[in-house]
Amino acid sequence: MPGPIQSIERAAAALRLLAAAPEGLGVVELGTALTLAKTTAHGILRTLVDVGFVEQAEDGRYRVSEDLADLGRPRIDANDLRAQAVNWADSLASRTGESVRLAVLAEGRALVVHHVFRPDDSRQELAVGTSLPAHACALGKVLLAWSVGGRRGARLPALTQRTVVDPAVLRRTLAAVREQGWALDVEELLAGTASIAAPVRDRGGLVVGAIGIDGESERLVDTRGRPRAGLVPAVRQAARSVSRGLGARGA
Amino acid sequence: MATELQDGERPEHRGYVAAVDQGTTSTRCILFDHSGRLVAIAQREHRQHYPRPGWVEHDAAEIWRNVARLVPQAMAQVDAEPGDVVAIGIANQRETVVAWDRHTGVPVGHAVVWQDTRTADLVDALAADGGTHRFAEACGLPLTTYFAAPRMRWLLDEVPGLRRRAEAGDVLFGTIDSWLVWNLTGGPDGGTHVTDVTNASRTMLMDLRTLDYSPQMLEEFGIPRACLPEIRSSSEVYGTARTVVPGARIGAALGDQQAALFGQTCFSPGEAKCTYGTGGFLLMNTGTEITRSSHGLLTTVAHRIGDEPPAYALEGSIAVTGSLVQWLRDNLGLISTAPEIETLARTVPDNGGCYFVPAFSGLFAPHWRSEARGLIVGLTSFVTKGHIARAALEATAWQTREVVEAMDADSGLRLASLRVDGGMTSNNLLMQTVADVLDAPVVRPMVSETVSLGAAYAAGLAVGFWPDTQALRRRWHRAAQWDPTMDPATRASGWKDWQQAVQRTFGWIRH
Ligand SMILES: Nc1ncnc2c1ncn2[C@@H]1O[C@H](COP(=O)(O)OP(=O)(O)OP(=O)(O)O)[C@@H](O)[C@H]1O
Ligand SMILES: [Mg+2]
Repeated sequence: MPGPIQSIERAAAALRLLAAAPEGLGVVELGTALTLAKTTAHGILRTLVDVGFVEQAEDGRYRVSEDLADLGRPRIDANDLRAQAVNWADSLASRTGESVRLAVLAEGRALVVHHVFRPDDSRQELAVGTSLPAHACALGKVLLAWSVGGRRGARLPALTQRTVVDPAVLRRTLAAVREQGWALDVEELLAGTASIAAPVRDRGGLVVGAIGIDGESERLVDTRGRPRAGLVPAVRQAARSVSRGLGARGA
Repeated sequence: MATELQDGERPEHRGYVAAVDQGTTSTRCILFDHSGRLVAIAQREHRQHYPRPGWVEHDAAEIWRNVARLVPQAMAQVDAEPGDVVAIGIANQRETVVAWDRHTGVPVGHAVVWQDTRTADLVDALAADGGTHRFAEACGLPLTTYFAAPRMRWLLDEVPGLRRRAEAGDVLFGTIDSWLVWNLTGGPDGGTHVTDVTNASRTMLMDLRTLDYSPQMLEEFGIPRACLPEIRSSSEVYGTARTVVPGARIGAALGDQQAALFGQTCFSPGEAKCTYGTGGFLLMNTGTEITRSSHGLLTTVAHRIGDEPPAYALEGSIAVTGSLVQWLRDNLGLISTAPEIETLARTVPDNGGCYFVPAFSGLFAPHWRSEARGLIVGLTSFVTKGHIARAALEATAWQTREVVEAMDADSGLRLASLRVDGGMTSNNLLMQTVADVLDAPVVRPMVSETVSLGAAYAAGLAVGFWPDTQALRRRWHRAAQWDPTMDPATRASGWKDWQQAVQRTFGWIRH
């Protein structure tokens, strides 16, 4: 096991100092306090600014950012998110004839926070509160694609023969999800079912959830595994409508 | 424009019905397409005025401005032109009274809201001579501060010169539906002064049997006929909008709770729903016969479609449900948004022995105790804010059980399952608790905005956008269901505790 990493220790010390200085600190002050050369202090501060933990104000002084204070705190209460999504989730179910789920990322999994039954009045169980392996469903892929510092390198268990288990393949899939703005799973979670999902964004543009449909793969995709016409636009439109309700601009 | 999945879309199915849901706290405009699907929504809150304890007022001019702004906003979301709006349907907060100058359109003071209790003395005086049920035969309602006629009387007595202007027909009175239809159809410039049977059934002035004003009731309350709107069906074309959506036909008006009953497609006797918003309202369609309650429910009109016979309903009104959640948010600061109450409540596994009876303006159905006031009991040093949050949610569930039991007793049937809608239905813990304390499944339909949906359905029927109620029924689908899981002993002891807590609220205000 390697010993402590000096630059991380220095960064942590810098954060403690900055957090204790509401007026902010300049490079020289920080360097003096930590007995570091000015260039080293500057390098540490620039890096912390880059990762979003520190902000530089117009007067040139550095302070801890709001992002740091928010670290670990969910962006939006899941119950608030559901309340905002109910109308559009209903419309999506009615438009596509499929069941709809809304999920947030919790401990690396897709936690279902809202569920609308498939509108055929058949017996269905409310799935709110269940959590799905993120790499194996469309909701999860969306959440992983836009998650910052997700648990990369975690093991990817196979749920069906088609589950993506190779981290390199998953990385490429997630890049494609970011590129196209939606995700697909065809029998990767459960044989015979497919799902399509798109991201829900908050006021600041951050992805705070995913909304999507799931159902029999025959209904969702064609024989070549491509989503049937109209489904992806319907899912994306619902996601945009929910995002608009959360104050996301351009949604 | 929305992508349509259905092929074969027919030209007569194009366009939208615009519903205006003018509620107690906010106004919404929602557009529905031919499949009954919500395609656009715009919402805005209006100011609550509390000039004195027990007084609640709205500025009717602000409400009208909101409507005039929200409808075009909703239309813009789907690039709709006025020609795309096949009809407008209105649903409104009930029993709230507004008076205005027919020549200028300016409201006379603020609208007096249904929660307002300023008429307590007036109501007591009227009840002294014959009891609270002396008018129930004609209008189906007990004498309380809840209904519109005492408010009209109060305004006529208190505003200098108003009675003379009302008798001369220079000032018009109405509930919010009348105010909106009059403004939409031209206001001072030939506006139509009408109300529908459901709204009129909340005034105490309409005879349920004739669906017209009762000369005796007008006399008892001292209200001149000249200032009142004409009573019409809930679903018929009242006129054409001259502003906001020029040319669109106004095809419906219903009280919001009756609109929700319509939106849930409860068209047959025995079908019921409960709507959870500011208050909670359980309504059961009782068909074309007037059914009287002997268990504290109201008799009211469910709807009237065109020239068809009216459908009546029994109603269990709960004054405080969602507004208790808002009170925890605004007055105690326990939560920062209403849905967060679920997060807080889930920090504990049960109520910790704590019960919360929100008798903020007395208790409505089935107790009708205006002198009751709210209380939290069972407090120990063990109780946390999580328990209070749970007790607040449970209050809605137990109050639902009270009105459901009254409904069962009156109808002689046991409600097999409860259809629910409204903003609080997004709270899963609450819905599960309702199922648990009722020991019956709770079912939410695919559209939670049933108030708007009902107004849209009624308006669409009036203009032939939808052929009949059967076609509307087919559009109802189950979106969620909560099944009871509570063990019978827990249910029974909780119910006992609740009833005991309710008893303790009685008689708090002494006259
Ligand atoms: N998740 C939730 N949990 C508990 N209460 C909630 C939740 N979401 C909303 N509410 C409550 O529900 C009410 C809002 O519901 P809704 O929008 O149906 O009412 P409303 O139509 O605005 O009422 P009104 O028509 O009387 O103005 C508010 O009182 C709010 O406190
Ligand atoms: Mg409402």
